[in-house]
Amino acid sequence: MKLALRELVRRPGRFVTATAILTLIAILLMFLGSLLDGLIRSSTGAVRAQNADALVFSESSQASFLRSRIEPGLAATLEQDLGADVGGLGVVQLGARVPGNGPRDLANVALWGYELAPDGVPEPPEPGEVWADETLRADGVEIGHELLLGSARTAVTVVGWVEDTSYNGQGSLWADVETWRNVLNTNRPDAALADGVFQSLVVRSGELGADTTAAVVAVAGPDYIALTVSQAIDEIPGVTEQQTTFNQILGVTVAIAFVVIALFFALLTVERTALYGVLKAIGARSRTIFAGLVGQAVVVTLVAATIAGAAVLLLDLAIPPGSIPLYVSASRIVTSIVLLLVAAVLGCAFSLRRVLRVDPASALGSS
Amino acid sequence: MTTTDIAGDTPIEPTLQMSGIRKVYQLGDTEVVALDHAEITVEVGEIVALVGPSGSGKTTLCSIAGGILSASEGSVVVGGEDITDYGSKALTTFRQNQVGFVFQSVHLVPFLTARENLLVVDEMGRREGRVARDRADRLLAELGIDDREKNLPSQLSGGQKQRVAIGRALMNDPQLVLFDEPTSALDTELGAQVMELIRNEMKARGTSAIVVTHDDRITEYCDRTVRIVDGHLAA
Repeated sequence: MKLALRELVRRPGRFVTATAILTLIAILLMFLGSLLDGLIRSSTGAVRAQNADALVFSESSQASFLRSRIEPGLAATLEQDLGADVGGLGVVQLGARVPGNGPRDLANVALWGYELAPDGVPEPPEPGEVWADETLRADGVEIGHELLLGSARTAVTVVGWVEDTSYNGQGSLWADVETWRNVLNTNRPDAALADGVFQSLVVRSGELGADTTAAVVAVAGPDYIALTVSQAIDEIPGVTEQQTTFNQILGVTVAIAFVVIALFFALLTVERTALYGVLKAIGARSRTIFAGLVGQAVVVTLVAATIAGAAVLLLDLAIPPGSIPLYVSASRIVTSIVLLLVAAVLGCAFSLRRVLRVDPASALGSS
Repeated sequence: MTTTDIAGDTPIEPTLQMSGIRKVYQLGDTEVVALDHAEITVEVGEIVALVGPSGSGKTTLCSIAGGILSASEGSVVVGGEDITDYGSKALTTFRQNQVGFVFQSVHLVPFLTARENLLVVDEMGRREGRVARDRADRLLAELGIDDREKNLPSQLSGGQKQRVAIGRALMNDPQLVLFDEPTSALDTELGAQVMELIRNEMKARGTSAIVVTHDDRITEYCDRTVRIVDGHLAA
């Protein structure tokens, strides 16, 4: 291993090409991964924040908030039969006119009406007031702003910030249910809801835990479905598709890293056949030589991944907040590094057969 | 052949005893006999020149004596250790401990200093640490290249490289050193100096050696010359 590391230190030029290519691949891997995380966060934050054992939708809605209708009385029934805390929930997606912005420069918002406060969101504000997701700062929203929502220009006033509650790529506004119902009915008459009707119910049942969804359906009957929060996230339009598409791209990127490492170290092994022959003649075992090769691949990959990680962090700082849904996290960087290291070790395995086949006899009689 | 120690009562095993060695290579349907019932004994401290034209079997003989190749038939005993039936792992351990090699083109590791080229033997095998480092320093001093210990091979002359290669071959304190055309890349004067050095080093240590060459001038530095033609040995 010492021998291999000395080569890295004393002949860095030999490894520059592979390191540069791997750095670009690592940047791509980390950037795409962070983009996926950003997209998913911006699509799911509002649902993810729900502190719920179950979210209830009408059976025919396919878990779409807009299509779902929960009749009055179900919340009380669930509270009574399950001993759970139940609160109404609904959303309407609109354009918002922001003070100081141009008349056509609308901010896309999702206005939520809620009874049970999600994680990180305070209790419902006074009627006509909203908590705003901080991503809306990028649209020029500030505390105290009066936003005009939808074509009816219904006014709501921003009274505070909340974090990581975006929905479908839109910054969320959190209001009491009457404010939400008023905005919905005024701006979306086609989706208007009568008093007491909600799009969804949040059920908190500490005792039932994982059995809550089944218990809810048992009480609510066949006209309703109950999903866990993670199931509800998967039902948000586009989330699964985004994850599948991005994961396929990430998989291909890791495969490319594997091929690059495999080819580079296979070529290096061919080039070193004479040296390996000499080392074997003086008593080196194949496993010692191969361990050196793997050690070099790991170091090259770590150097590339470190440069890439730093580059992605700098990129994250350089990109204006809210301009693209990039979310750089330590877990994404570490996961990418681990994937690249696995690709590096597997790529080296490609050269194992060649190392095993190097004949120490080749060292004798060769000039 | 077995000699006795100075007192004359304890027989001393020869360093190398190869008996009835036959090596056959299979090339498709054809069998190529590289060595045919070769017999050779090298006594302790003896330097034997192995002379023959290209393709005569010199390298094959050396490879078998050094535990790099196994013979098709016959027996090989080095320093009293019968390696005839050794598998590849046992042969690797044997090479780590019992033999030294000096290759035709020196074959130093290009990115290691002279001292590190000696220590690579320890790194690849015994891992003795400080003992090995002390031995490397001593060898470099004895070979007169201690002032070049931090130089890479590319910064050394041909003779200095050859000295480093000799030092590397002696790092594991071997019973037998195999020299493969050690002067082929050197001019006459430097070649003579290197052979003088080899002789002095081997004799000073009582280490046996086989020097493969097709240059008859080399033989005057050796105790005995063995000629090989078409896989047959003739003293």
